Amino acid sequence: MQGLDPSDLFRVRELLSDDERQVQETVARFVDERVLPIIGEAFEHDRFPRELIPEIASLGLLGCNIQGYDCAGLNNVCYGLVCQELERGDSGLRSFVSVQGSLCMHPIASMGSEEQKRRWLPAMARGEKLGCFGLTEPDGGSDPGNMKTIAKRDGGDWIINGAKMWITNGDLADLAIVWTMTDDGIRGFIVEKGMPGFTTREIKRKFSLRASVTSELFFENVRVPDANRLPRGEGLGAPLSCLTQARYGISWGVVGSAIACYREALAYAKQRVLFGRPLSHTQTIQRRLADMSRRITTAQLLALQLGRLKDAGNMHHAQVSMAKWNNCRMALDVARDARDLLGAAGITVECCPIRHMLNLESVITYEGTETIHELIVGRELTGVAAF
Amino acid sequence: MRILTVIKQVPDSNATIRVAADGKGIDPAGLKLVCDPFDEFGVELAIQLREKRGDIEEIVVICVGGEKAGEAIRTALAMGADRAIHLNDPKFESTNELSAAWTMAEAVKKDARGFDLTVCGKYNIDMDGGAIGPALAEYLDLPHVGAVTGLEFAADGKSFTARRRIEGAEEVVTCDLPALLTIEKGLVEPRYPSLPNLMKAKKKPVSVITAAEVPDVGASIAGTDLVKLTPPPPRPDCKFVEGEPEQMARELVRLLREEAKAV
Repeated sequence: MQGLDPSDLFRVRELLSDDERQVQETVARFVDERVLPIIGEAFEHDRFPRELIPEIASLGLLGCNIQGYDCAGLNNVCYGLVCQELERGDSGLRSFVSVQGSLCMHPIASMGSEEQKRRWLPAMARGEKLGCFGLTEPDGGSDPGNMKTIAKRDGGDWIINGAKMWITNGDLADLAIVWTMTDDGIRGFIVEKGMPGFTTREIKRKFSLRASVTSELFFENVRVPDANRLPRGEGLGAPLSCLTQARYGISWGVVGSAIACYREALAYAKQRVLFGRPLSHTQTIQRRLADMSRRITTAQLLALQLGRLKDAGNMHHAQVSMAKWNNCRMALDVARDARDLLGAAGITVECCPIRHMLNLESVITYEGTETIHELIVGRELTGVAAF
Repeated sequence: MRILTVIKQVPDSNATIRVAADGKGIDPAGLKLVCDPFDEFGVELAIQLREKRGDIEEIVVICVGGEKAGEAIRTALAMGADRAIHLNDPKFESTNELSAAWTMAEAVKKDARGFDLTVCGKYNIDMDGGAIGPALAEYLDLPHVGAVTGLEFAADGKSFTARRRIEGAEEVVTCDLPALLTIEKGLVEPRYPSLPNLMKAKKKPVSVITAAEVPDVGASIAGTDLVKLTPPPPRPDCKFVEGEPEQMARELVRLLREEAKAV
């Protein structure tokens, strides 16, 4: 009988197609060779590693599950694996790719006009134009239906006023997908950098996602032509459908964070000698490592089945909620336990768990908090919305 | 110009190598295999030549290896090679470098037009063998320039000047085509195959050649036989010397003298 691989106890890789495995290996190699050597320093110094963008783009990672418009046109399992490998590097890097692809290119591809698609998608796939997604506002993120940012008709244009907060890539972005309240309900717009009245400010002093740019967006009488309105971006369902895409990627991504932490904890436990024997020879440590492996494996299988459902066109947003909730909780718990298992070594960015642990505090919060996802699943089970 | 690039599938340099039960090879269970990074230099060089010049007619990859080696071939095709020759038969011996080179040479000879430039890594990282390039050059009766670190073609594209580092100096040689080069680290930086190109690579032609289609190596090649593979001995426990610097130095000298008998 073949021995078991401690990194893949259930041989989940065998459930992937050759294409999917090659995609994963290619991105894994990029992460090992280009991301891991610099990411600790980038996190420590609160710096988004912008120098990685050209290579990320030339690999075809931006909007890689979008068909046409110079995008890679991969299936959703491939996209999930891309997220997993990038987040094995850092949640900030995966967030950058998620926002560009799932939150900006996706709404343009699915709700935009032909002209908008041609203008933006190829340039965004090449990484020449970067996007951000403005839904959350300073007064709260979990209740987007009550947004305060408004757009008013003015002849052939719209006038936007308001503010958005906690916006990944905000200060990097050439365009923002901005959700506003109008007299006819929620509408989405492409607001371009340089439009008078549109400004951004980077949010500093974060202790999480430090290798990622987070910003506030301000709109003061910003005049936006109607041609920049997303023709099919109408109603709360429109931005929520974008979130479903991004949450899907997160469900996969955080598995990568957990794998990175688990591997480091396992290697450390094998070589750290205490009381005359390696840590890994003790029952308590083995139970903790076994638990990490168990939870990572179940999360992988959950993400993979979610991907298969999505590729078959049968994915329900409540399934995405359950996966995002389960996998973020799993990853955060694994990261915290790995950090603890490393003892004092675990408090420096020389080891990855504390960086992942701090990042995951954001990841479990953004794109729907754990509570919101529990309630979405609860609503599905009972038929009653409790929020 | 037609370019042939030789690749080999080898264990990833980060993989943990376990010796197989028969003690004569590597246990393949769970082992991550990749295209040899030195051979990737050759593939990258070929692609860069195509990007620089208008006369590269074809870039062909050749590889001796089993079914799994198809993945390494696909990587090279995704990087930009046009087609591949996969020498896939249990009878082909990829660990005996002379035998592998002989098999490749026989397959290449079947192509009447031949190749102007043949490139491969200066050695393979799996067994640290460096005979494939020189042996292939010998069997194809080509001049061979090894461990190339710099390369410039003449204006007519029919000859080149190559640089190679040797002990304490750099050697500059000129050579006419056709020729075989082995590539040293540093000449080019291999690109990552893009995800769309990985998908397109599936559609590029791969001709599979089995033992029935090339003459048997037989006794014509001496080569070597791998008789035994053993893991390196486990590292002895590390001893930490603690205390004030002076105490530590004294203790270290004592240990070196009395225990390690090194001084």
